[in-house]
Amino acid sequence: MIAWALDFAIACVALALALAGWRVLAGPASTDRVLALDTLYVNTVALVILLGMRLASDLLFEAALVIALLGFIATVALARFVARGDVIE
Amino acid sequence: MDTTSLHPMLQAAIALLLATGGAFTLIGAIGLVRFRDFFMRLHAPTKASTLGVGGVLLASMLWHWGQGTWAARELLITLFLFVTAPVSANLLAQAALHLRVPSRAEPPADLDRR
Repeated sequence: MIAWALDFAIACVALALALAGWRVLAGPASTDRVLALDTLYVNTVALVILLGMRLASDLLFEAALVIALLGFIATVALARFVARGDVIE
Repeated sequence: MDTTSLHPMLQAAIALLLATGGAFTLIGAIGLVRFRDFFMRLHAPTKASTLGVGGVLLASMLWHWGQGTWAARELLITLFLFVTAPVSANLLAQAALHLRVPSRAEPPADLDRR
């Protein structure tokens, strides 16, 4: 039962990554692209946790934590750059 | 992956959390694609990052507890996402207002003085 649910969750997150990737390419404004990149980061965190369960490894959790931290920093930097042209005044 | 030695209720709980987590991630991405206004698109991925990643992380915590290695540190990711998602949404909304992104909602009256 867990194997079936794990495969279903991985398929859902992969499809969500593809849809967010479409929004990165097709967003009419640059803020749409930044929002889609933030969604890609969060979905990658979910995918890495799921892979950690599937491969029975404890090490992939640290990778997910690093992706979450750097994804937030990247989103903040991109949003400030898109808004006013520089990241730190 | 040895899952047959777990209690059947624990197996059912883990499977249910995984299924709902994956489904909410997909629902958030569908909302990101289908909404027609930027400020509507702004709140769709919040469902994915709270319920989606939260459900998957709860399932992972329960699974590790069933394997014998109790790990509460997976709550760190969920807490970090809860704290930082409003910050990034606020900054993106500010950027959209500054760029005058076309929207069905009117911009606030004092926008030019910010």
